[in-house]
Amino acid sequence: MIAGISIYEILTVTSILFFIGVYGFITRTNLISILMSVELILNASIINFVVINKYLYPDVFQGVFFSIFIIAVAAAETALAVAIIINLYRQISSVEVKDTEIMKY
Amino acid sequence: MEKIIFYILAIIIIVFAIASVTSRKMLRSVIYLLFVLCGIAGIYFLIDYNFLAAIQLTVYAGGIIVLIIFSVLLVHHIEMELEDIKTSKKILVGLASLLGLGVFLTTIYAYNFPVIENSNSIDMDTIGLGLLSYEAGGFILPFEVISVLLLAAMIGAIVIAKGTKIATSDKPKGKSLEKN
Amino acid sequence: MNFNYVILIPLIPLAVFLLLGIFYKKIKPAVSGYIGVFGLLTSTVLSYYTAFQYFFVQEKVDGVYQTFVSKTTWMNFTDTLAIDMGILIDPISVMMLIVVSTISLMVHIYSRGYMKGDEGYTKFFAFLGLFSFSMFGLVLATNLFQIYIFWELVGVSSFLLIGYYYTKPSAVAASKKAFIVTRFADLGFLIGILIVGYYTGTYDFETLNNPEGNAILSWASTSFMGLSVLTWALILIFIGGAGKSAMFPLHIWLPDAMEGPTPVSALIHAATMVVAGVYLVARLFPMYYFVEDGFALNVVAYVGGFSSLFAAIIAVTQNDIKRVLAFSTMSQLGYMMMALGVSGYDGHEGVGYMASMFHLFTHAMFKALLFLGAGSVIHAVHSNYLKDMGGLRKYMPITNITFLIAALAISGVPPFAGFWSKDEILVAAFEHNKLLYFVGLFVAGLTAFYMFRIYFGIFWGKDTQYKHAPHESPIAMTFPLMFLGALSVVVGLIPFSEFVTADKAGFVAHLNYPLAAIAVGVGVVGIILSYIFYKKENDLAEKFSKAFGVFYKWTFNKFYFDEIYLFVTRKIIFNRISAPIAYFDKKYVDGFMEGMGNKTVVVSEKIKGIQSGKFQDYAFAFLAGFVILAMVFIYLWTK
Repeated sequence: MIAGISIYEILTVTSILFFIGVYGFITRTNLISILMSVELILNASIINFVVINKYLYPDVFQGVFFSIFIIAVAAAETALAVAIIINLYRQISSVEVKDTEIMKY
Repeated sequence: MEKIIFYILAIIIIVFAIASVTSRKMLRSVIYLLFVLCGIAGIYFLIDYNFLAAIQLTVYAGGIIVLIIFSVLLVHHIEMELEDIKTSKKILVGLASLLGLGVFLTTIYAYNFPVIENSNSIDMDTIGLGLLSYEAGGFILPFEVISVLLLAAMIGAIVIAKGTKIATSDKPKGKSLEKN
Repeated sequence: MNFNYVILIPLIPLAVFLLLGIFYKKIKPAVSGYIGVFGLLTSTVLSYYTAFQYFFVQEKVDGVYQTFVSKTTWMNFTDTLAIDMGILIDPISVMMLIVVSTISLMVHIYSRGYMKGDEGYTKFFAFLGLFSFSMFGLVLATNLFQIYIFWELVGVSSFLLIGYYYTKPSAVAASKKAFIVTRFADLGFLIGILIVGYYTGTYDFETLNNPEGNAILSWASTSFMGLSVLTWALILIFIGGAGKSAMFPLHIWLPDAMEGPTPVSALIHAATMVVAGVYLVARLFPMYYFVEDGFALNVVAYVGGFSSLFAAIIAVTQNDIKRVLAFSTMSQLGYMMMALGVSGYDGHEGVGYMASMFHLFTHAMFKALLFLGAGSVIHAVHSNYLKDMGGLRKYMPITNITFLIAALAISGVPPFAGFWSKDEILVAAFEHNKLLYFVGLFVAGLTAFYMFRIYFGIFWGKDTQYKHAPHESPIAMTFPLMFLGALSVVVGLIPFSEFVTADKAGFVAHLNYPLAAIAVGVGVVGIILSYIFYKKENDLAEKFSKAFGVFYKWTFNKFYFDEIYLFVTRKIIFNRISAPIAYFDKKYVDGFMEGMGNKTVVVSEKIKGIQSGKFQDYAFAFLAGFVILAMVFIYLWTK
């Protein structure tokens, strides 16, 4: 519990963070930036897990455990994504989204 | 006091997040992200989940950000600027995001959370035991799954990143040149 | 009596065609020749057996040959109007079976020698099989529609065989010409068929040809432009027949059709397919005779007579021996048409019909012989032109003698085949129409003249020096010559009038001695004239052609008919009618269609951005969709 701060305010902050992430995900033109936006989104949800655990169910710690798992998965995901991006850069010498449109064919 | 700290943290998080997704300089964008992650760690400290805050700092701020910086440096030079996209699209996406935010907030504020006043904290013993416990409420199975997943991701990352360059167009076309 | 096995006669050549056509690459040429000959031999044996059964074993009923029909319904249009498929056996179809199978077999055998070493040897035999099948089917057809189907099939096989040397532009042009001209004529045929079907409610020959039947008796009930509708239909059908039989003015394709291999000319363009028109008129003869007192039949007679004269005059001046034979064929076909036209129906009145069929029969034999002989000559000297020939009797004795027999036969010298049939035609013409009789007589003289002109030109005349001494053709080619030569001598002795007559009853024909003597006399005069002109090399002929001057030039150029047709089609139809229509079609019809196509392309170019392949666009769509749905649900809940 943070003295004087209700759960609504924290959730507002995480929601804003989440949509900043979404905005970045859609508007950025670079694969690495997109990856960063994804991190923002993930972090917003992690905070939610933790805060809801703390405010609503203080006696159990599932939220904390899941946060740890999410961080682990995020780390793995980032490592893989960076590997893919680097490999892609080797193939086409670019990490711009507009160069990776071949999905449509 | 805590209230003020929270607001400061919230402002740091939001401002730097916005800076991170709008900055046109790659490396700065990553550093802004680092500030956001630190701010989030600060929130964890505020609600007394110190271990989580430590993980956030080491894994995110320490590991992931470094990884991203490396990849940025590998594929760009530092001063590289990103291409800008159309303002109309930006406005459109921003509008949609704002609408989504509105949807979220209406939903959140329409719900009455049964908040329990407490000052519980969690220490490392509990976390360690919880992760390795196979009794009710234990997390041994997800823990193992995550470890396997991490291993697989690590191997995958190595294999993918190791892949050789396919394009051969930059090889000199020796024979035909010689003939000419 | 069961004649169902007759269906095998057309089906065997069809099987040969399919076999050779499908395994075109697999079968060795030598084998394919044997397959073709053997298949046709079977058909021939069956045809002869059928004839024997029909004319000699089968009893006449009331002195009339019975008609046998075996058919199944193929397409049901209405309750009363259906198209059948089947076989029809009556005197003329049996006679035609004999003609087609005999000539076709001979041509098959001959082709084994003539086409030896040709690249498309197997293809050639496949096409011959297709043609034989179509021709048998045409002969055996039970109704107008069936005959029309096979009519087109023989047209197609004729097209394929004329264009057999498809690398030669002239052959391609000739095949196209033949196809287009006959197709054009067939349009008339088709319209005629439809009119007949509409007004009589049937396509069946039996029903149509019944003299007491509804179809014939009702002719007066409808009229169009002063004539009975049925008369118009019969004239239209005759146009189809005239196209196939190269009657004036649809004759222009036949001389060009000589671009095909010579055996093909012998089979298709001399003996069988071109008589299909005559056969068609004969098949519908009761209708022609009874409807409107034979008005359509008169048309047939005059067109036939004129074509006969017209072609004979042209034949005199031509230098390409195959073209002479082609015009000769046209002339003889005109003769047959004329004979049909001047025929009556009952008993001895029907002598014209009998004579026409008889002439068809004998003409098939000796004209095929002439063509095969000409093929043999061409094979030896590698040229179609008289100027390259001469004195060949020393080199090619068998060809010489058989050609002479055929020439005598066509000139009407007794006792060769042509004499008997031609005599009957002249008798019929004399009895019914004096004008046509004199035309026929004159043509007979001309025929003798031009036939002996080329005979002397090829085998006597100047002693041409050949680079390679020509030699007699192989046995595969001389055997058919000898066989047909023998036939040309004897077939005239068949008492034809007892078998094939208009009313199928048969009568005893007597030789009309004065008329026969006149005809023979005219023929002999023609022969003597050409003997004087061409036996020895001299300039008499040239002097005469100079004397005729302009007329000779006109005749030599076939009265400029090709040019007239070209003028009409190129200058008038193409430029004045087709070109504006084509312009309209391209500009507006195509433009409209292409405009629609272009608009579609433009629109799809616009909307294809939706499927950009950019995952961010998809993510945005996802976000927007989520927001909209969520807003809708919130709105619904809070209500």
